[in-house]
Amino acid sequence: MMSSPLRILVAKPGLDGHDRGAKVVVRALREAGMEVIYTGLRQSPSMIVEAAIEEDVNAIGISILSGAHQILVPKVMEILFEKDLGNIPVFVGGIVPENDVEELIDLGVVGVFGPGTSTSEIVRVIRDAIS
Amino acid sequence: MSLFREIISGNRQSLAQCLTSIENEDDNYHFLSEIYGHTGNAHLIGITGSPGSGKSTILNSLVKLMRKNDDNMGILAIDPSSQFTKGAVLGDRIRMQDLLGDKGVYIRSMATRGALGGLSNAVAGSIDVLDAAGFDRIFVETSGVGQAEIDIAANSYTTIVVLLPGAGDSIQASKAGVLEIADIIVINKSDYSHASLTKSHLLEMLDIASHSHNIDNNSINSSKNIWSVPIVSTVATSGEGVDELADNVYSHYKYLCDTGELEVRRRNRIRYIYRLLLQKQLYTRLENILLEERSIQQLELLMQGKNDPYTAVEHLMKWFDTH
Ligand SMILES: Nc1nc2c(ncn2[C@@H]2O[C@H](COP(=O)(O)OP(=O)(O)OP(=O)(O)O)[C@@H](O)[C@H]2O)c(=O)[nH]1
Ligand SMILES: [Mg+2]
Repeated sequence: MMSSPLRILVAKPGLDGHDRGAKVVVRALREAGMEVIYTGLRQSPSMIVEAAIEEDVNAIGISILSGAHQILVPKVMEILFEKDLGNIPVFVGGIVPENDVEELIDLGVVGVFGPGTSTSEIVRVIRDAIS
Repeated sequence: MSLFREIISGNRQSLAQCLTSIENEDDNYHFLSEIYGHTGNAHLIGITGSPGSGKSTILNSLVKLMRKNDDNMGILAIDPSSQFTKGAVLGDRIRMQDLLGDKGVYIRSMATRGALGGLSNAVAGSIDVLDAAGFDRIFVETSGVGQAEIDIAANSYTTIVVLLPGAGDSIQASKAGVLEIADIIVINKSDYSHASLTKSHLLEMLDIASHSHNIDNNSINSSKNIWSVPIVSTVATSGEGVDELADNVYSHYKYLCDTGELEVRRRNRIRYIYRLLLQKQLYTRLENILLEERSIQQLELLMQGKNDPYTAVEHLMKWFDTH
């Protein structure tokens, strides 16, 4: 039997209204045969984790433009670990300064994708982290 | 703790994992035998209509409103899978912002995964799990494409059909089947003009259409003619008309209970599921038989004219009867 499609949550916390980057990733994951649950803009960290639980996803992608990664991503990670869900791989996409990338990785984020990252690279890293 | 105990104690993670197992057709569906005795209490509501007609936006306002009376509401939102990549974008949550964060509402997005109708094969089992988990009302939003009508009507007790203003002519041409399954018709986006035109158009058509709710030819005849299908105009984005829609959902449920129609629809639903599963198994068996040595030999005999297909099949059927 064929293996079942992976389910990925793509969330966009924060107040900025741009989700073009997130949409490009959503499309790329779909083209790669994944089922992408897209929750739209302005999701709070607890909403993101709730959605991940309800949708029983294999990974969470967080798209950020506003530079809010220093607050929002740690909060998401904190709630995930609190709920014993630290095993769900988390990815961050968007503009994150070089120094902060390390910090996010230390928090348990599996990958940080800057604006130049190719979609095939994103797909590959996500697949690797899940299997 | 047993899986069932975990689910009814409100463990969302266990619930979600159950639905994944059903969706992935994992071989652990024995948990269904644990829960099945606890099903049959929820009000199952289907909502269908063409893509973009506003189904998710309607559910957002409707469920938010109905939460005043119901503690636990479930939503299964179906979107189409790509035929080529098998991937899908499941975006119904975007339109349900008012429900996100509400602990009394469980939303699950599902892809059709190649199912022929506008539903996923996993919908029936998922409904049963939510039902056993104690959800008062369970909504299923179809993907709006494909032949979802029969599937959605078979899986729900109340079917809401969403139409758009000014779509009267096209409905007459192609969507007559959609009107037959409707218990409640919603004309959404009635902030656009032509809304009233559609309403009068529809009233005319409903007059002509027979409102039988037969799921298949053998289903028990329902007494649907007592219920006259209401047409509700809504503007889902502002919530206008949604209170009237909620009232109609409540009165339809009351009608179902009072007339015994609920029992009839529940029986028809179970029969439909039983039939689908049986059909699937028998089909697999048939495919396997065609691969067996005896079929290959039989084919050779047919090629040589030493047997004819009719006799061959008749023999095979006799063999089935005795095995
Ligand atoms: N003007 C207007 N726009 C509406 C109304 N209801 C929904 N919309 C808009 O119509 C678009 C589609 O709405 P959805 O709720 O996503 O429609 P849907 O039927 O769930 O779509 P699919 O799930 O893709 O089939 C969105 O942009 C909504 O904001 C309405 O009453 N009036
Ligand atoms: Mg929708």
